[in-house]
Amino acid sequence: MPVQYSGVIDEHLAVRGACGLFDVSHMGEVEVSGKGALKAVHALMTNDIDRAVDGQCLYTLLCYPDGGVVDDCIVYRFNDERFLFCVNASNTEKAFEWIKANSKGALVENLSPEYAQLALQGPRSVEALRGLLDIDPATIKRFHFMMGELLGSIEAIISRTGYTGEDGFEIYLPPSDAAAAWDAIMEAGKAYGIKPIGLGARDTLRLEMGYPLYGHELSAEITPIEAGLKKYVRFGRGFIGEEVLRKQAEEGVKKTLIGFKMKDPGIPRAGYGIMMEGKAAGMVTSGTLSPSLNIGIGMGYVDGALKGAEIDVMIRNRAARAIIAKPPFYPEAKAEPYLKKAAV
Amino acid sequence: MEFPKDLKYTKEHEWVKVDGSIATVGITDYAQDSLGDVVYVELPPEGGSVTKNEPFGVVESVKAVSDLYSPISGSVAEVNDAIIDSPEVINEDPYGDAWMIRVEINSPHDLSDLLSADEYQKYIEEEK
Repeated sequence: MPVQYSGVIDEHLAVRGACGLFDVSHMGEVEVSGKGALKAVHALMTNDIDRAVDGQCLYTLLCYPDGGVVDDCIVYRFNDERFLFCVNASNTEKAFEWIKANSKGALVENLSPEYAQLALQGPRSVEALRGLLDIDPATIKRFHFMMGELLGSIEAIISRTGYTGEDGFEIYLPPSDAAAAWDAIMEAGKAYGIKPIGLGARDTLRLEMGYPLYGHELSAEITPIEAGLKKYVRFGRGFIGEEVLRKQAEEGVKKTLIGFKMKDPGIPRAGYGIMMEGKAAGMVTSGTLSPSLNIGIGMGYVDGALKGAEIDVMIRNRAARAIIAKPPFYPEAKAEPYLKKAAV
Repeated sequence: MEFPKDLKYTKEHEWVKVDGSIATVGITDYAQDSLGDVVYVELPPEGGSVTKNEPFGVVESVKAVSDLYSPISGSVAEVNDAIIDSPEVINEDPYGDAWMIRVEINSPHDLSDLLSADEYQKYIEEEK
């Protein structure tokens, strides 16, 4: 996946306004199947897989016993004895080993070499995809998936998920069919303003939504509670790391993930210092210029309690003012409309 | 990609156009292309001084931030304020409207190690 095709801003706005196609084949896929699969998945996930019916998927964290994050991923529930974890590319091997070490007798397979993945994202995704599939993509609800036949012959998992905050699909298919699928979607999408999207816009799109990225907002040293992801942690099921997370949820945490929008000119970047009331208070984990808002936005960790509504970001040793703001930064892209769209 | 023959170049991807004692400085076509959409520029104030091989400003695209290195030492005679308001011009016209600063050169000796268009083109091909 290249950093950019036509330019980060152009690609970003295409996804917000029309649709864009990402080759995210680098993502990893780990399947857990057979007897013991459900039990293993329960122990591994902070989210509760029983909130998903067959054909549904959930965002979740996988934690170590100390609450640090192994990886964040989406888990697909095919049935009680088959689950697919879509994990971060750079964590594939680590996540695979971790899942295998906690398999409770289930079969754990790293299927990454068997899946390519294309993500079609943006408000016109349904229209762009409709003519290429044997099922109507509009009938797939948000965070659900179906097996579909692409171009009449390619067996694919069609998942109504994404990493952009827009409506759209993530399509898992055999690598040997990926090039043909890419070309066909680009061709069919022409009428709907489709553009190819690179890594640069993938980052600006997720950052406008406040979605965490492993290695930035998440790591083995950070817990989901510190990362503000409590809603993906379902207590009372005995998952790995539960005790630590429960304690943090009850007693509070020493560091907090915040989002912020720049008031002063300048673009925040990972590694820049954060000051509160003139004192060093933390560090930026992700930052960019928001192509939708045309201002700098970012996320970062601050120690202790928040003081006031503003922070200073140290941009090249100069304090630049920013307002603490809860993501999503891009208001038009909140999650609610998808279900309504899907129902039409 | 363009490499105008009448300019001198640096390995940090700045170009220099010398006119008497005044040097006009900007970034190359290759630099703007590698950066992608330029969204922010910081330049020194008029009357300030710049030092050869030292940063004189910053250029920032959506994906990266990069220091601007001065090819010569001298005092800043003029600053192109227009690109601060419209940094996208750097992508559109790096050798023309997107000049950055004009410098009163301290010593013509500073110009001796700058690259010709051919040398610069060769340098970036090796760097790729």
